[in-house]
Amino acid sequence: MRALPVGAHGLLLEPDTADGVGALHAELLRRAASGGLPPVTEIVPAARTVFLDGLDDPRAFAAALATWDIPPLTATDRPTVELPVVYDGPDLAEVAALWGTTADEVARRHAATTFHVAFCGFAPGFGYLTGLPEECHVPRRTTPRTRVPVGAVALAGPYTGVYPRSSPGGWQLIGRTDAVLWDPARENAALLTPGTRVRFVPVDRARDTETVR
Amino acid sequence: MTDHACLVVRAGALTTVQDLGRPGHAHLGVPLSGALDAPAHRLANRLVGNAEAAATLETTLTGCAVRMRRATTVAVTGAPCPVTVDGRPAAWGAPVRVPAGAVLDAGPAARGLRSYLAFGGGVATEPVLGSRATDLLSGLGGDPLSDGTVLPLGAEPAAPAWADAVPHPGPPAELLLPYRPGPRDDWFTAHGHRTLATERFRVSAASNRIGLRTEGPPLERARDGELPSEGMPLGALQVPPDGLPVLFLHDHPTTGGYPVIGVVPARHLASAAQAVPGTPIRFLPLRGA
Repeated sequence: MRALPVGAHGLLLEPDTADGVGALHAELLRRAASGGLPPVTEIVPAARTVFLDGLDDPRAFAAALATWDIPPLTATDRPTVELPVVYDGPDLAEVAALWGTTADEVARRHAATTFHVAFCGFAPGFGYLTGLPEECHVPRRTTPRTRVPVGAVALAGPYTGVYPRSSPGGWQLIGRTDAVLWDPARENAALLTPGTRVRFVPVDRARDTETVR
Repeated sequence: MTDHACLVVRAGALTTVQDLGRPGHAHLGVPLSGALDAPAHRLANRLVGNAEAAATLETTLTGCAVRMRRATTVAVTGAPCPVTVDGRPAAWGAPVRVPAGAVLDAGPAARGLRSYLAFGGGVATEPVLGSRATDLLSGLGGDPLSDGTVLPLGAEPAAPAWADAVPHPGPPAELLLPYRPGPRDDWFTAHGHRTLATERFRVSAASNRIGLRTEGPPLERARDGELPSEGMPLGALQVPPDGLPVLFLHDHPTTGGYPVIGVVPARHLASAAQAVPGTPIRFLPLRGA
């Protein structure tokens, strides 16, 4: 693992593998909860790194970190969120073409996948969900939409995301959910936080998101 | 909540409610936000007897004006500007007692960009994740003010303001930005590093609360492509494909895919917040430590 300096009080930790990021992040949270982490202001996981800010002595922390024994992630130590989804997005046919299959099969495979929130960014409560195999990775749209509706379920690169609010966006839209991804008045403002397991549960199109099929 | 409030009679070019922001939520994609010139924000609060975290108004270039519902102590700091109460000159950088029904006008910045208006009791809009700051990247914390906005205010502190004369650094004629190289300094050639450390840059007019953009010679990259998204600190000097560094200010995105060549310590960002477009910039690499 590399530990790169970020200003006087930050460290960018770069595990050797992408899987190592989730394990490191989980270990950092465990240690933070048990008082085994020096005070920090931010712990920000991302695609290949975890950024720590607000460290009093980043060098000493990096030295201590090198001695840590970080266990691999297990499926059971993560919370699970189920999102009801109607697979009727405007880019579903295009994604089906890219996957070399039918729209129904895109929905079936997507709903059969267990995702994890690798990190958040872009907007408050927007999670980058990993889990799709490489052959299902799709490019962004060549022309971004000026407005993507709230709750849109979308694909780009290795990620699935759900738009927590209406915004411009270039991801391929395959469906929609009525789950509230972001509500600052709620105790946990973001429904999807880094490390969370996510399943998409198809619901009946006719009755919208009321009935689970 | 009290019935105390003020009415915005002239919102100005861009006036927002700011405080010390919402640290600790970057992992949810929530920017820090908060006053760009934090020392000026804190000073304005001290002048009216508030806690430093109380919410103030941050103006941009053209100031703003408000009518007070009740008599209130107000202080204007940050970018120096003419201050009037019902048209009569009043002090800048000092507590001013504004009578009920009177209009306090903080005029256009004489120098610098952003003035701060603190009201005894503070702006009492609804906090979001512990902060009232308007975040122009994510939209948290309410919209910029418009003419006719009514801002609730808190109860005035009983203690009198304790500062009576305050030093103020003034906006910079030249912006000096020290930076610590990293974390992605290896994405740039030695020539690129030399360019940043020795050439002159200028503040671009495209700057905003998200970032201070620069004009100058592009920094030569040692490698192409984008980084996988990674966490971005306040003060990051992020270098997009055009090679011109962008200094990340308080509304910066929490993650990004362009390399950060260095990080400017937070205490130097207040002067960046007051640097008008065209201001010359020099970047000074910090070694060791």
